[in-house]
Amino acid sequence: MADYQWPDPEHRTLIGQRVSRVDSPDKVAGRARYTYDVKRPGMLFGKMVRSPYAHAKVVSIDISAAEKMPGVKAIEIVQKQGSTVHWAGDEVVAVAAVDEATAEDAARAIKVQYQKLPHLVSDAEPPAGAAQSQGPLSIDDIGDMIDNQVPDNQIIGQIKQYGVSFKVTEDEAKEAKQEGVSDAIIDAVRKAEVHPEAAGAVKSNYQKAATQTQGDVDKAFGEAEVVSEGLYGASMITHCCMEPHGSTSEWTDSDHLLVHMSTQNVSGIAGQMAEPLKVPSSNIRVHQDHVGGGFGSKFGPDRWGIVTAQLSRKAGGHPVRFMQERDAELKVAGARPSAFARVKVGARKDGTLVAWQSQSWGSGGPGGGGMPPIPYVFAIPNQKKEHTAIRTNVGPSRAWRAPNHPQAAVLTMCALEDLAAKLNMDPYEFFLKNIELTRLPNVYRDEMPIAAEMIGWKQKWRPRGQNISGTAARGLGMSMHTWGGRGHASDCDLTIYPDGSVDIKMGTQDIGTGTRTCIAVVAADALGLKAENIKLYIGDTQYPPSGGSGGSTTPGGVSSSTRRAVVDARDALFAKVAPGLNAKPEELEARDGQVRVASDHSRSLSWKDACARIGATPITCHGHNDQAASKNKPDLTNSGVGGVQMAEVEVDTETGIVQVTRMVAAQDCGLVIDPKMAESSVLGAMIMGISSALFEEKVMDSRTGIMLNADMEFYRLAGFNDVPELKAHMMTGKGYDERGVIGLGEPPAVSPCAAISNAVANAIGIRVPFVPLTPDRVLAALHNNAKAGA
Amino acid sequence: MRDDESTQDDSKGPVAVEDKPGVSRRDFLKISTVAAAVPVVAGPKGVIAAGQEVPVYGPGKVPIELSVNGKAYKTSLEPRVTLLDALRDSLDITGAKRVCDRAECGACTVLLDGKAVYACSMLAIEAQGKKITTVESMTEGGELHPIQQAFVDNDGSQCGFCTPGFVLACKAMLDKHPDPTPEDLVHELSGNVCRCGTYAGIRAAIAQVARKGA
Repeated sequence: MADYQWPDPEHRTLIGQRVSRVDSPDKVAGRARYTYDVKRPGMLFGKMVRSPYAHAKVVSIDISAAEKMPGVKAIEIVQKQGSTVHWAGDEVVAVAAVDEATAEDAARAIKVQYQKLPHLVSDAEPPAGAAQSQGPLSIDDIGDMIDNQVPDNQIIGQIKQYGVSFKVTEDEAKEAKQEGVSDAIIDAVRKAEVHPEAAGAVKSNYQKAATQTQGDVDKAFGEAEVVSEGLYGASMITHCCMEPHGSTSEWTDSDHLLVHMSTQNVSGIAGQMAEPLKVPSSNIRVHQDHVGGGFGSKFGPDRWGIVTAQLSRKAGGHPVRFMQERDAELKVAGARPSAFARVKVGARKDGTLVAWQSQSWGSGGPGGGGMPPIPYVFAIPNQKKEHTAIRTNVGPSRAWRAPNHPQAAVLTMCALEDLAAKLNMDPYEFFLKNIELTRLPNVYRDEMPIAAEMIGWKQKWRPRGQNISGTAARGLGMSMHTWGGRGHASDCDLTIYPDGSVDIKMGTQDIGTGTRTCIAVVAADALGLKAENIKLYIGDTQYPPSGGSGGSTTPGGVSSSTRRAVVDARDALFAKVAPGLNAKPEELEARDGQVRVASDHSRSLSWKDACARIGATPITCHGHNDQAASKNKPDLTNSGVGGVQMAEVEVDTETGIVQVTRMVAAQDCGLVIDPKMAESSVLGAMIMGISSALFEEKVMDSRTGIMLNADMEFYRLAGFNDVPELKAHMMTGKGYDERGVIGLGEPPAVSPCAAISNAVANAIGIRVPFVPLTPDRVLAALHNNAKAGA
Repeated sequence: MRDDESTQDDSKGPVAVEDKPGVSRRDFLKISTVAAAVPVVAGPKGVIAAGQEVPVYGPGKVPIELSVNGKAYKTSLEPRVTLLDALRDSLDITGAKRVCDRAECGACTVLLDGKAVYACSMLAIEAQGKKITTVESMTEGGELHPIQQAFVDNDGSQCGFCTPGFVLACKAMLDKHPDPTPEDLVHELSGNVCRCGTYAGIRAAIAQVARKGA
């Protein structure tokens, strides 16, 4: 039985060393080819006609003038006459032409008439009593969900849970199928409970999404010695990937499609395109070398990806490139749901948490959205929670690095810090006091002193508002977070060639997280080679499938499948060379570019000479990691990490400008494959967090329903000057390594907003309720505080 | 405010545009940033604007000549095509990236006569007669330039889409300030934006090269 277990520190040759990103030379030299860089012979350029209204019916579409324009090769109606658009910027008609300018001219020549409908883009607190329970679904409700690209399983779940208000006829079912509604949804409607009395009921935009009670909240608050109440929240933000969403599609014959797509999910795209395009998945090849950011927003082909392939088909198979314009990217290609809450939290005088009560609300666009996991990290014994989801016309939400956790951290950690202030406790001591309420008390106990030491918490922390000189208020804040991060399903083919070269084929992708490097290090470690000796082929559906890069599942998945493949291949090589070294295969080791007898290094072969003994046929071994831990023997990946972050800020009390002056993180992710990549992930997450804590907000205009800052000047990302000295400490060694590999993309992105908000509260002595902590919000909080004190 | 916007301000009196067939006020505004010094390659029509005769290119494609990384390229493009799109879509030189397409993020940075500029906000016809340098030129004989190597050593890229722009902005800065002060960094790199959060790595990369005096 092969020994797949991760090697102990003594037997690691590369795992745990600071290996540079293997694709970095291509990136710095401008050689790395992204989807946007792909240029195919005879390529046409796609442009989109988008709805200028947040909610409207398409009354008529006139493409006649555009059709006649020289250079226009295909026009595809995305939402036909009679369709309802649910957000400004929604796709209505697509056009492909010989160059971009012609396509733009043609899009401008297409005339669409709309009938405006009432819209809601505000996620302000729901009026009292406005929230309704979800009733049976109407045919329009289901149609809206399909239009809004809600995943099938969610739609089916709702149909099962709430029933429907109509009976579907066979003709209607047939028509729905022709329009591309999946069989599973039609089947669910057929089987659903029918409530005809609910037909015609007017739906509220405010939907009761959750009511949860645990323990005896009233009794616990009655016994609590200190109670703190406050308002907290995180505004809606967008992904703003540097490379926009988009693809280049071409039909290589009448039923085979080649797609270059900017995606986090190479192996999962073909299956999502097959049904709408009416070709088998196996006829769709998806390729991507590099992707300019995803952050959770690039798992599907999207409606525009399907349309691009349809344009190509209409244009006789010619390649069509459609990449989103920047304004569209910010309006329609993904947003992180907002979350707000009125929180009441109680503790005993010694700081022991006893009760939590929250009325929360938020919006994830037309779908509404769920309640963030609050209270976060700390399982407070008595809880009462109500959540209202607001259905708005702001465009659909998408997973955003650690979905729902950053919001949950703001709602929880800020409420807890306010309570600590009321208790006159140092929040560090307060969090420590309650550490047994967390799932990972030992991890946090290890991390807290490390983070505190890095930022100088003990020396610098002062009670609220007691470190102000002139207009400069300084403060410290902290937050804690957790995440799962188990490896996804992954398949790997590893080949050792007789000339000593080694390659790996895997249908994964590197979204900038160092996936290539992770795979190369794991393979090279077992073979005693260097990372650059491993040739990697990833990003293509022709390679064995590997899961989408989301939820921090990639490192665990790809490292586990690679480890299994490489151990088998190495053992097969050992079996070939052992006789020549007068040894048994199990006595050999591969280290320092040699295959040798572990106990007698004089009996050795260079890697090349060893491989020459393979014979003519290369050794190829397959490694598989299963999503289900129980099917992996042994299981090389794990779930559940903890992290602690601390921020130091300086607030100008005259201008309201917040500057983060220092930030530190202590982070656990099980066995660290490459500390250099791991630290980059943590530092990057902190920088992204500074950006969302201080600047980022999708600003919607209530009157027109459009996004006001759909560009990179007014949708501001943190720049070089906004980022202070940062420190990241990775937890390694006993208690960490033996847990196996756990993903790292999400966890460090959770805490920054909460830690920075807490630092600002500590600096100025009053809570600024919502992030981003923009100058107007800071000044408003200071002003209200001064008024209250007067 | 850009120069061409000022001409839209009617309070300053009418702008002297002699109406000629094929030149609308809108088209004029599109081309009004083209200085008279641009070498004439297509025998452009002339119009009188603000008392000066300026060339008018197009409508339709015009021959264009660009000097990129020491090599001369001839092609024909509509005058409205930006330098960025000309590089990427006509010459297949894709190191400079299209992100914001309006001079906000720096991913399209190229050097024009040694100075870092936004290729998305300059027309290709404006770049004629100038030395255009893209990131591709920095890798002589496969060897990375010291600032590129420093990006590798200090992990100054993640997804890498902003990286070519940053590399060129850093090169332009270091050419001017071999030992940059913190103020130089703020000034010279404030025009480039990264989404993944690689500023820490880039800062370390600059420190590595600055120490060596490159």
